[in-house]
Amino acid sequence: MDKMYISPEYEVIRDRDRCTVCRICERQCANGVHAYNAETGRMTADNSRCVDCHRCVCYCPTHALKIVRSQDTYPENANWDSRTINEVYKQADSGGVLLSSMGNPKPQPIFWDRLLVNASQVTNPSIDPLREPMETRLWLGKRSTKIERDAGGKIRDLLAPQLPLEVPILFSAMSYGSISYNAHACLARAAEALGTYYNTGEGGLHKDFYKYSKNTIVQVASGRFGVFQGYLEGAAAIEIKMGQGAKPGIGGHLPGMKITEDVSETRMIPRGTDAISPAPHHDIYSIEDLRQLVCSLKEATDYKKPVIVKVAAVHNAAAIASGIARSGADIIAIDGYRGGTGAAPTRIRDNVGIPIELALAQVDQRLRDEGIREEVSLIVGGSIRSSADVVKAIALGADACYIGTAALLALGCHLCRSCHTGLCNWGIATQRPELVERLDPEVGYKRLVNLVTAWKHEIQEMMGGMGINSIEALRGNRLMLRGVGMTDRELELLGVRYAGENM
Amino acid sequence: MERVNAEGMNYVQLNALVRSCNQSEIRIVNCIGQRYIGTGLSDKKITIDGTPGNALGAYLNGAEIHVNGNVQEATGDTMNDGTIVIAGSAGDATGYAMRGGKIFVEGDVGYRCGIHIKAYRENKPAIVIGGRTGSFLGEYQAGGTILVLGLHTDGKPIVGNFCGTGMHGGEIFLRCSEIPPRLPAQVRAEKLSALPKEAASLVREWCALFGKDERMLLSSSYVRLTPNSDNPYKQMYIAN
Repeated sequence: MDKMYISPEYEVIRDRDRCTVCRICERQCANGVHAYNAETGRMTADNSRCVDCHRCVCYCPTHALKIVRSQDTYPENANWDSRTINEVYKQADSGGVLLSSMGNPKPQPIFWDRLLVNASQVTNPSIDPLREPMETRLWLGKRSTKIERDAGGKIRDLLAPQLPLEVPILFSAMSYGSISYNAHACLARAAEALGTYYNTGEGGLHKDFYKYSKNTIVQVASGRFGVFQGYLEGAAAIEIKMGQGAKPGIGGHLPGMKITEDVSETRMIPRGTDAISPAPHHDIYSIEDLRQLVCSLKEATDYKKPVIVKVAAVHNAAAIASGIARSGADIIAIDGYRGGTGAAPTRIRDNVGIPIELALAQVDQRLRDEGIREEVSLIVGGSIRSSADVVKAIALGADACYIGTAALLALGCHLCRSCHTGLCNWGIATQRPELVERLDPEVGYKRLVNLVTAWKHEIQEMMGGMGINSIEALRGNRLMLRGVGMTDRELELLGVRYAGENM
Repeated sequence: MERVNAEGMNYVQLNALVRSCNQSEIRIVNCIGQRYIGTGLSDKKITIDGTPGNALGAYLNGAEIHVNGNVQEATGDTMNDGTIVIAGSAGDATGYAMRGGKIFVEGDVGYRCGIHIKAYRENKPAIVIGGRTGSFLGEYQAGGTILVLGLHTDGKPIVGNFCGTGMHGGEIFLRCSEIPPRLPAQVRAEKLSALPKEAASLVREWCALFGKDERMLLSSSYVRLTPNSDNPYKQMYIAN
């Protein structure tokens, strides 16, 4: 036996009565699942190639297709499930590190779902957002906590640069290379229309997108791809990427096959070579070293742009955040272990890091305890799935949220978790021109605007219900949250009371 | 030429002065540890007497910096274009992630020099070091040229450990007759009887800057390090 036969994970079910053999499924599938058999005049399917991305299902004009999980099973075993067994086979076959995409799919606890939001009744009336102004605008950056006056008694303006947002939602870092040109075009346009920001990730800023500068956050990672003076100046803020929730402690690696001519130009590296961002910045081994990078970026941009430091949520998140707050950074971004990625070793994705809810609550508390909460703003990400998650995150202490996976879903992603193959049928995680053109920026940007606008309405509704008319008044307001189905320890770490407990 | 006395001056103040100076040439005297000098500058010539602090010429974008003295860590960090000349030795992480321009060091450099340097089209970074280097020279190098002339006299090896680990582009030239021991698997080493044209012209430039004899250096034997494969990590993964 050279290689273990692994039966397909999915099966394509075709309703022969409905199928008109129009062959659209065949054209839509870059994985080559569907084929036309001229002899029988019928469509066939190679289940082994199917990743369950649902492109064919969505585009079948007669709805003749569905994808189901294969019923073929190994002997039932709660400890050794089929996926785990297959992973062993794959590694025994290849000797390779298992590579996956998108966020951790394991059934680990989701604390957002165990947190419940308060509403006013009788004594403290709720506010009707349709009638009353409901402020979702906020600013990210260092706040002044003391007032200084000049010789004439006038207040001196010591305010550090601020990032204005119309909604407490930003699009998280996704590089050009990991996602397509059209996906970036959608994000940039939507950020502009929504009065928020998208993030270039570590892949440089494409020349066509400098016009969205006011709504662009550029990233500086260990590989420093595409980082030069014009890039730093072509942004509203600069983010230093220290870590990512999907793969804490692991760097980025964009395979040479995804470095097309255009990606190569944007990253400023030759076509076809691997783009490697190692896990550490090899010039950062301490908070003092981090401070050096923060300060050099500020020097390079004349102290006009806020600097964000992004870290993965890990065990000592609170102490790390405290250090970052003292490094001169204006904003800390924390990415939880359920955050997405274009490629990460499976074991790292599924086992390294901690839930964002716990990290956030601990970071906010620590910064408050040390009296430095106003020194920084907090952005959290790593699977923010709905407006309710945003509201809960802000009540736990965040200033704003990064959304990545939700934004990609709005663009058509079906979470097949095959980004690393570069064959995204939805034109998102691919560089193949024929696939990229499937994602129409005109349509895609409107879908993103729809999503965030809908969330904004929902956030306003929930704020109104709580009797809060400004998003900044919700920040860190943990009395607006109660927990269910949690242990005392979990509630203590989250700083939240049990549902039913009074003030 | 504008003359700035940096004695007792805070780096923010000094750098604001350098940025706002309308002269094309600036001489900073009594420099003592001020960081980030010349960050992102594209069009000035700065001469420094003394010892500048960390991140000298970070993101440098075409300007020219001459230092009469040693420099500290992270000189030319993410430098894009221009020249940094150091008549002395340089600390750790010199030329980190450099993408263009040239750094000439008369003496030695510390650890992690030239990590992550990369070339693209006409941008070809080069670092020329007169003496020896610490460990991790050219780690993750993706392009460009690092040249180590080994003129140090303390008897230590020309490079430290882990030279070129993860290298996937570019070239390293070491002026020595034997291939250094314990090179990582990603590196292919070969002995050269003569330097290629581009590397030789870097040697000439270095000699002209520091008044050294180029004949001896050009007639020496060199070892060239290049990556073993363009995609060193390709075989490591299996799609799951």
